[in-house]
Amino acid sequence: MTDTTPKPTTAPNPTQFDIDLRSARVAFGGVDIFHDLDLGLPAGSFTCLLGPSGVGKSTLLRFLADLVEGDVSGNISCSDGLPLKSRIAYMAQQDLLLPWRTVRENVELGASLRGQRPDHDKADRLIAEVGLSNAAHLRPAELSGGMKQRAALARTLMEDRPVVLMDEPFSALDPVNRLRLQELAARVLRGKTVLLVTHDPLEALRLGDFVHVLRGSPARLQDAITPAGHSPRDITDADILRQQAQLLRQLGANETAAAVSENAQ
Amino acid sequence: MSTPAKRTPLSERRLLKIARPIIIIVALIATWQLTVTLTGAPKYMLPTPIDVWHTLITRYAVLFDHARYTIAETVIGLFAGATLGALAAIPMALFTPVRFWLMPILLVSQAIPFFALAPLLVLWLGFGLASKIAMAALIIFFPVTVAFFDGLARTEPGWLDLARTMGASRWRLLTHIRLPAALPAFASGFRVATAVAPIGAVIGEWVGSSHGLGYLMLHANARVQIDMVFACLLILCAFSITQYFIVDRVLRAALPWQPDSLTPVR
Repeated sequence: MTDTTPKPTTAPNPTQFDIDLRSARVAFGGVDIFHDLDLGLPAGSFTCLLGPSGVGKSTLLRFLADLVEGDVSGNISCSDGLPLKSRIAYMAQQDLLLPWRTVRENVELGASLRGQRPDHDKADRLIAEVGLSNAAHLRPAELSGGMKQRAALARTLMEDRPVVLMDEPFSALDPVNRLRLQELAARVLRGKTVLLVTHDPLEALRLGDFVHVLRGSPARLQDAITPAGHSPRDITDADILRQQAQLLRQLGANETAAAVSENAQ
Repeated sequence: MSTPAKRTPLSERRLLKIARPIIIIVALIATWQLTVTLTGAPKYMLPTPIDVWHTLITRYAVLFDHARYTIAETVIGLFAGATLGALAAIPMALFTPVRFWLMPILLVSQAIPFFALAPLLVLWLGFGLASKIAMAALIIFFPVTVAFFDGLARTEPGWLDLARTMGASRWRLLTHIRLPAALPAFASGFRVATAVAPIGAVIGEWVGSSHGLGYLMLHANARVQIDMVFACLLILCAFSITQYFIVDRVLRAALPWQPDSLTPVR
């Protein structure tokens, strides 16, 4: 079932522009979740965002997707001068499949929400790519957790947007399914600019070209760790394990030290 | 329509499912008969099941004739009330100002005892069907509106986020996501409405009418034909249960993705 043969397919439609986020600030109830936050997403790169629960990882992702309402400021610019909005696809931790639609209808949701004719051939091709051809006619209640997330991935790909924002999309899966879906995502998202929020350092190192830790209150982005080689990486590799230790330290092993240094600033 | 059942249907469980209502009915009738026998209640106070059965058979034509009116009032009232409820809930969910203006009016309207309105409705709409339909529709308007509004207001936020990133218009968001997502809530409101709609019709008939089971009951009661009153009640009961059953089945079939519709019931 797993497609272990690495397919170095050249991405069909690689993303051509960099994204630059400057002085982002989001506050809820008068408290800043983060401010003065800068983040660059180079064209076609896979960036992972790690951090403790509640630190604002999802908020940062949703900020980029223009989904945060209220006390928000900051500047998102793309190197080609066009707005980012309407060029992103969003994938959340929950599959967000509509229970009354079949897998195929869910994959084609974007088109029907925009009043366009869905491209059935493309939908079928993507459904096949995520390994759900036999389940295309089923409703979400008849799928397993892994199948649902595959369907959600196919729906994300169907949008064919240059930027994909993913909010812990694999965290609710069992380890085996998670590994399979990570592999699948690494393959099918090649060439796109991806920002993935996760709480799993190994997942970040396996998939990310750049791995950032977000921590503190208001949250700050730590400098990126850049694992060597191409994703999906071998997580038993010594360098990866060393970097995992480094990430774990950033995440909390020296929490008190971090708090002291932040207060000093 | 559905995929092969995941659980093998147990014949025992199915048998019990059919037998249970029969057992309940037989037990109720037995209790009724026993009460009459033990208390020695006279026929004009509490007739026996056999007396009532006899009335049902012999006065069948009269009962059926009047039942037609009550059934028509109930069914039309049910659909009128549900339609109005749905039409009120949608703008309330879509436009915040509408909600702020309409919700207090709805709540105040609930403070009015609807039964007290029945005489006014008869005065305004006459002795015919219209006043009873209005009564039934009024009674069910609120549960349907509130249930549907609740369903529309509680759309899974993740779906809305997803739809926004997909570039959905407000209208398509409503027709493709919020409305279908609220249908199970509407269905539960409609089920409640189905159960209470006959009450509205009968109250309307009590207050002023020349037809219907409520009218028949009132007159039979005045003439101490208690067996007739019971016969009317039984028909009302049978109709209410049948109506509820049909509505429930139709709603389940129409909303096959609903969690409680997924377990095979055959």
